[in-house]
Amino acid sequence: MSHGPSAPARPHSPHAHHEPYAPVFTPGSARKAELDTIIARYPEKRAALLPGLWMIQQERGWISEEAMTEIAQQLDLTAAYVKGVVSFYTMYHQHPVGQHFIQVCTTSPCLCAGADDVVKAFLEHTGCKELGLTSPDGKFTVIEVECLGACGFATPVQINDDYVESVTPGKVPGILSSLK
Amino acid sequence: MGYPHKSHPRETPILSKHFGEPEARTLEGWKARGGYKALQQALYLEPTAIQDLVKASGLRGRGGAGFPTGLKWSFMKPDGKQHYLCCNADESEPGTFKDREIMRWTPHALIEGVAIGALAIYADTAYIYIRGEFTEPIRVMEAALAEARAAGIIGPNAMGSGKKLEIFVHRGAGAYICGEETALMNSIEGKRGNPRIKPPFPAVAGLFGKPTTINNVETLAAVPHILNNGAEWYKAMCLSSPKSTGSKLISVCGNVAKPGNYEITLGFPFKEFLYDLCGGPPAGRKFKAIIPGGSSVPVITIEEAESVRMDYEGFLEVGTMLGSGGCIIFDDAQNMPRQLARLARFYAHESCAQCTQCREGTAWMTKILERIVAGQGTFEDLDTIFELSENMTGKTICVLSDSCGAPVTSGIRKFRGEFEALITGRRSSTIAMAGAAVGAR
Ligand SMILES: Cc1cc2nc3c(=O)[nH]c(=O)nc-3n(C[C@H](O)[C@H](O)[C@H](O)COP(=O)(O)O)c2cc1C
Ligand code: SF4
Ligand code: FES
Repeated sequence: MSHGPSAPARPHSPHAHHEPYAPVFTPGSARKAELDTIIARYPEKRAALLPGLWMIQQERGWISEEAMTEIAQQLDLTAAYVKGVVSFYTMYHQHPVGQHFIQVCTTSPCLCAGADDVVKAFLEHTGCKELGLTSPDGKFTVIEVECLGACGFATPVQINDDYVESVTPGKVPGILSSLK
Repeated sequence: MGYPHKSHPRETPILSKHFGEPEARTLEGWKARGGYKALQQALYLEPTAIQDLVKASGLRGRGGAGFPTGLKWSFMKPDGKQHYLCCNADESEPGTFKDREIMRWTPHALIEGVAIGALAIYADTAYIYIRGEFTEPIRVMEAALAEARAAGIIGPNAMGSGKKLEIFVHRGAGAYICGEETALMNSIEGKRGNPRIKPPFPAVAGLFGKPTTINNVETLAAVPHILNNGAEWYKAMCLSSPKSTGSKLISVCGNVAKPGNYEITLGFPFKEFLYDLCGGPPAGRKFKAIIPGGSSVPVITIEEAESVRMDYEGFLEVGTMLGSGGCIIFDDAQNMPRQLARLARFYAHESCAQCTQCREGTAWMTKILERIVAGQGTFEDLDTIFELSENMTGKTICVLSDSCGAPVTSGIRKFRGEFEALITGRRSSTIAMAGAAVGAR
């Protein structure tokens, strides 16, 4: 498998899979209440699957097999069904990623404006050897991503939840040092 | 006000008038700018009256296909069933970034448009499907919806009318294909975002099996203006074809002096748009090629572009499309084979893989193009691409498959010299190709 443009992030911590899973939607919890509010917005419970997965990812950083089982139980689905959905969408992490997940858009409109040099700068300054790999300190994962819908601000980079716009290679060290 | 640059005097700032004004995001600020007057009016109109008004305005879908909005709404009949409106804010078409600005600067404009659209199709519930990456627009929209709900503008008794109007944000999770309307509905339903075979059409059996209409953000945001100012006012915004009326946001990106969103009256001369509004090419460069309607439409040369008027018919005349209005510009330093190979890779990555022609075709086309860019292509490869494109067009569940071939084959036709130079080893793709010395131009 190639790890060129838009290849997903790869696992970096094989042990993470063995850490005990703490459920997110425990009875009486705020997340459980939030999930119930969202379920009420739709005529079918299953429609709360994408929002529910988002909540898990916000809490746990990624979607483990145990997490899939948990949301499946909440929404009366099977874990296998949930896995099929999770694997369809690129934004759900199926394994842990770096503390700062850096996604650089390299689709043509950004590529022609120099996005490949921005990718190089991130790889160099984070110590991530390759796209999709996490830096040895666990801090950074850099991947290339398809159009972020901000093409007029080339090169946009999504770092965790937020966009940083008009990134040039020269701005990369400053951006990285501003990350806590 | 414009964003990120000030409005040019020749723009028609209607949707973009308040871009860049943080106060416009709040309910109070929006009301001070005339907000929610159109909804107040719409709540007491017959749905057919709203449909007729929008039909008369000539408004066409801004999501890409340009289908007449009033006509689409008229497919929804008062059959006593639950109806849904889906607002398409998936905005993932390379080159397109207009809906993001509408949502992040004028969230109430979209809420008002969605509310009116729902009334027009006998729906009491609407979902705004926003791509998962758009954290900021999602936050802004959620805050505006909470404000509108708290003020009783939407909710069980919208503006005291006794009518129920519920609007919810649904966050996507990364998948271009979810912008296709039936994939979008599957995604809301908690499924993989695979497009559905049509028929049945959404107006018959859509979201949760119920009659549904899907409209783009920009389309819906235009509707309150039509109610406030009248269909004649909207229709009069037209510089060329009477079939193309109103204002349109054009997202401009790539190699251009002033990238950003520009709002023009349809029919505006493209040449003046490119050089006057957008400031021409970057210093010392020349424009070479343009993909004017989002990455899924054919490429045109700058010479072709200079004679075009910017409307649905004008772009068709030079063999391309207005599409979503996402204008991607390449200058004379760009290597077209490399850029098109990267675009093909986008489609290969985003194919939902249901249809063989699309799954295999996009991957194969990408492989061939990348081989050519690496200097290992052959002349037969070019023929294979045309054959592939032929087999990928008009044969699949949705048009993503067709969309991959459109820019690539037009690009090969128009810049064949650049491909041949790579095939014969006269050029390496890593060397910038400058000026008219290169290619078939
Ligand atoms: C692969 C694919 C992706 C699409 N992406 C979008 C999108 O991101 N936003 C959008 O409004 N329409 C998109 N469309 C078009 C929608 O299917 C639909 O036609 C549109 O939302 C209708 O709204 P309108 O009539 O207001 O234009 C896409 C279509 C296809 C085939
Ligand atoms: S054409 Fe491609 S994206 Fe569309 S349904 Fe078929 S495989 Fe999926
Ligand atoms: S191509 Fe990079 S944001 Fe659209």
